[in-house]
Amino acid sequence: MDFLIFKAPMLMVQASLDGILLGILFALIAYGMALQWGVMNIINIAQGDLVILGGYIAYTMYLAGIHPAWGVIVAPIIMYFVGVLLYKLVINKVVDRDLFISILATFGIAIVFQQLMNFVFGADVVVAQSEYGTTMLFDNSVTLPNSKIFSAFISVLYAVALVVYMKKSRLGRAIRATAQNARAAKILGVDTEKVYAATFGINAALCGIAGALISITLTLHPYVGLPYTVRSFMIVIVAGLGNLPAVAISGMGLGLFEEFADYILGTEFRIGAVFMLLVFILVYRRFKLSKKREYLK
Amino acid sequence: MGNIKQKDLILYSGLIILGLAAPYLFSAFKVQLTYLCVLIVLAMTWNLQGGEMGYNSFGNILFYGLGMYLTASVQVGMFFPLAEWTESGGEKTFVHTTAQYFQGIGVGLLVAAIIPTIVAGAIGYAILGLRGHYFAICTLGLGIAAGEIAGGIEIIGAGQGFTTPPFPAEIVDPEARGQFFYFLSFFVLVVAFVFVKYIYGSRFRLILNAIRDNEDKAEAMGIQTMKYKIVGWMCSAFFCGLAGGIMGGLIGYIDSTDVAFDGREMGVFMVLMAILGGKGTLWGPIIGATLFHFFKEGLWTFILGWQYVALGVLIVVIVVYFPEGLMGWLREKYPERFGEVIDEKDRKAQVELK
Repeated sequence: MDFLIFKAPMLMVQASLDGILLGILFALIAYGMALQWGVMNIINIAQGDLVILGGYIAYTMYLAGIHPAWGVIVAPIIMYFVGVLLYKLVINKVVDRDLFISILATFGIAIVFQQLMNFVFGADVVVAQSEYGTTMLFDNSVTLPNSKIFSAFISVLYAVALVVYMKKSRLGRAIRATAQNARAAKILGVDTEKVYAATFGINAALCGIAGALISITLTLHPYVGLPYTVRSFMIVIVAGLGNLPAVAISGMGLGLFEEFADYILGTEFRIGAVFMLLVFILVYRRFKLSKKREYLK
Repeated sequence: MGNIKQKDLILYSGLIILGLAAPYLFSAFKVQLTYLCVLIVLAMTWNLQGGEMGYNSFGNILFYGLGMYLTASVQVGMFFPLAEWTESGGEKTFVHTTAQYFQGIGVGLLVAAIIPTIVAGAIGYAILGLRGHYFAICTLGLGIAAGEIAGGIEIIGAGQGFTTPPFPAEIVDPEARGQFFYFLSFFVLVVAFVFVKYIYGSRFRLILNAIRDNEDKAEAMGIQTMKYKIVGWMCSAFFCGLAGGIMGGLIGYIDSTDVAFDGREMGVFMVLMAILGGKGTLWGPIIGATLFHFFKEGLWTFILGWQYVALGVLIVVIVVYFPEGLMGWLREKYPERFGEVIDEKDRKAQVELK
């Protein structure tokens, strides 16, 4: 094969490092998705749009003269309340319903978010300059923006903090109890309504962090939310619910896949490749499951 | 179809006369009427597998876009080199004669109906094995992937789009273009209605309903569910392809993500229209599509710029508060009109139980 990437081994190193750093970021979004899917049994199509909204919060700070990296602290706080508000307005009415209803309802929310962001921030592709510089590796043949390293570091930090919080805190225990058995949790005095709202808020906050990191490492545009939703959905399917190491690994795998697809197929097919991968994963899963399918329980 | 009742006969002939007279009565709205016909076809055939079979697909836009590209490509490719046409606005250098135009669109629509049906059959075994929300997300992915991939293929115009052949200039009558597309879409609508109506009276529909209500039990009863699911999806694909082909000719310009594989508009519209009218009913999608179209056209012009916000809010409101749709609401209110008998005693007992 005469693809450029197979001729130059340094490009491989470049793509791998880029992919892994990007994948850690995807894993953070996917962790939020797994959390609310596991607890509330909802698939949130607006996940990616929450991410982009978080990014725009950081971008607004950048425009106001504050360093966008502070967005990783401000964005989750604002996004938590956005998430709780969203829960109170719409999500609480679809929690116990058919999954298709929640998919369609969050699809509607996604459209509203996209359009509102388009009004407020304009339809241009924007990026918040972090001015962190770049690191040169291997005799200057591999360039790594420091912002990517920073974002991977922050993602890991937040993920670990969340895991500890879920293990140790009262709310974390309540969330885990509700995920296991909502009815039993209710009987034992857990206010599941509050737990659901908090879960959705935490999910939105995670999206906010990821968005703030994306605003300094990648680019923002009001309409690019859906690929993030699909990426996190894919990661969750591959990794399973509530398995954090697997989420991290499959996130990195997805990042690697994307970077290599970018080099091999060309940048114009990058998003197409992500969506095709989704289809392949689902179909593979279907054939794998059908081997041991039980017909009537 | 021998036992059509007197009342139905009047209704159907009235509707057909109205449909035939519409372009003359409302001659300024021919394009809108064509849209309406296409929307009804899409909603009705989406309902076949979304409402009747219970497989809620977001990806029927795949067949719609495929049909659109196929019609235009065949129409151009039959007479002129396709690559040159798309590369530099070929419609200025190559001109279709009247005969070539109609031949092209005829063959193009035929191909646009057949190829998506075959595609649906080919991918059906893999995709329809997915259940519930996995199916929904997978088809959503398929539709978007198709748009992204089509946007990268040079021969059909890639990102810059594909201009479909303009209506032959030899026909000077300015009304002719609108009338041609209206009657074409109306014909497809009638065919689709007769087809769906036939299915509603057949065993096939009962099987689809059995799959929707409990697929495992249907399988246990000896129904080869996969076979019927694939056939159901192929029916949808057939009409989606046709509708796409007509819309391509009507709009005159194909863009990969904004016109053909337009998951944000058409792909959601067909689901929404069917839900608005009531899933799993014959008339629901038709009423839903008509209402939606009037609502949309009214809204779009008055709140220019805010239409997507309104659309999103509309989706949320319909789905959250109105999931049974108009027909479902009517059915709840006037069950006897739908031939349902309520046992008063049983109802009272149920209420007491609650």
